[in-house]
Amino acid sequence: MNIEQQDFYTQAILSLAALVGLTSFLMLGQGRLLRLIFVFALQGSLLTLTTTLAGYSLNNPHLYISAVLTLMLKVIFIPWMLRREVIQMNAQRDIESTKNKSLLMMGGAGLMVFSYYVLHPIVQTTSPVMLNALAVSLSVVLLGMLLMITHRQAVAHVVGFMSIENGLFFAAIVATNGMPMVVELGVAFDVLVAAVLFGIFFLHIRSSIDSLDVDRLNRLKEVDK
Amino acid sequence: MAIVQTLLFAALAPLLAGWLKWCKCFLQNRRAPSLFQSYRDLIKLTRKQPVVAEHASWVFTRAPYIIFSATVLAASVVPLIAVNLPTSAIADVIVLVGFLGSARFFLALAGLDIGTAFGGMGSSREMTVSSLAEPAMLMAVFTLSMTASTTNLSVGITHVLNEGLVLRPSFVFALFALILVAVAETGRIPIDNPTTHLELTMIHEAMILEYSGRHLALIEWASQLKLMLYGVLIANIFFPWGIAETISLQSLLSGLLAIVGKLAVLAIVLAISETLVAKMRLFRVQEYLSFAYLLGLLGMLSHIILEASR
Repeated sequence: MNIEQQDFYTQAILSLAALVGLTSFLMLGQGRLLRLIFVFALQGSLLTLTTTLAGYSLNNPHLYISAVLTLMLKVIFIPWMLRREVIQMNAQRDIESTKNKSLLMMGGAGLMVFSYYVLHPIVQTTSPVMLNALAVSLSVVLLGMLLMITHRQAVAHVVGFMSIENGLFFAAIVATNGMPMVVELGVAFDVLVAAVLFGIFFLHIRSSIDSLDVDRLNRLKEVDK
Repeated sequence: MAIVQTLLFAALAPLLAGWLKWCKCFLQNRRAPSLFQSYRDLIKLTRKQPVVAEHASWVFTRAPYIIFSATVLAASVVPLIAVNLPTSAIADVIVLVGFLGSARFFLALAGLDIGTAFGGMGSSREMTVSSLAEPAMLMAVFTLSMTASTTNLSVGITHVLNEGLVLRPSFVFALFALILVAVAETGRIPIDNPTTHLELTMIHEAMILEYSGRHLALIEWASQLKLMLYGVLIANIFFPWGIAETISLQSLLSGLLAIVGKLAVLAIVLAISETLVAKMRLFRVQEYLSFAYLLGLLGMLSHIILEASR
């Protein structure tokens, strides 16, 4: 199957999948929190675009609702909340000192290859397009986990978590041609609740250790004093 | 026809530079010089007597001619308003990069030749930047050549044109990579500032600091040509619609209109990005260029993984 023989919708989905994968890599390499949040919002807007496109070409009007929800939550509300948090903490100038950036990138590339390897048996039953889209979303999930492992700031952890959710959402849209409305609404509100909970956690972490750097949770308070 | 196209290339290059300056001035609330100011500058410089330093060797005086002719040769390879011209058949993309490389080589030699501190510094910086930018550029162009299975630009563009509207993930990456490389190679703002003469930051200007008169005019013209060349590459590879496939007056005119329009839009984009972005520290240039290389590589990989036949 060459790409010239695919229809326009498939080509667009493939392009968007590639761009979503790229944003995941960008997040992994990003040291500054505000820029990390910006890239996260970018990924959200790519998802919105995918959802709208799927809704349009599959004639599935309820996908528009899900697109609007994605836009409001992942492009506007959550980035805005995180941004406010970072600015209040005065942490926007902090540069995450990830020790081995190139090693991290290699690890990310390895994860991508791994997800292709894992999903390769599926190619017998579905189209190669599905394989690509699924592999990209699986690697977005894995890269989100890697982001959570390697970064120290709690804000970066939240972004990693949300990008895992983005990967799953992308897979769901592409693979099932739109989930039932109830599931989508449920997921959207779960994300909203998670965002609010994270906000409360931030508050607690900050009031106890006066920073959002989770490495300092390992140490005893009295030792520092 | 091929000669006409090359002449047109050379004639339009200062206009593009003038238009870019005009856009930037408009964005920065300044009064812009006339669109034809670049032509006037070139004419004024050719009339002036060149002053050559006492210690300059023959390399210094010959270099401007070599640089200019190599750039013009490179420009003759790139299809501007029509494809399938005889000059584009004799050379492919790799030769194009080679022409630009030899022009840069002589520019760097000329910078070193006088023996001033600035010239040497500029040459060393220019070589650093270009050695990092060239692989990224080749990666981006190879994506096109793998798609069209040819390294000839003209044939490649015809292939893209005849295929109709196909959205390719690899082209999206290659486009971004080529834009980043073009900004670096033509010495525009995040890498180098073409209007500055501040010692610490200049790259291109440092090398040509000692030139005057017609030598300076030739070098300036060559760098304007190079800017236009990259613009035409980006416009015609990724958005080839409107370029003339047959030699008739009507299609050539529409090709000319199309390329002028595309270049004008590209210049506006460049002016906006130059106004918004601050110049980068020299030591961060390699990060920027390795990002461009990464994009080019991703374009190539996504061509292989996502698009190739199974």
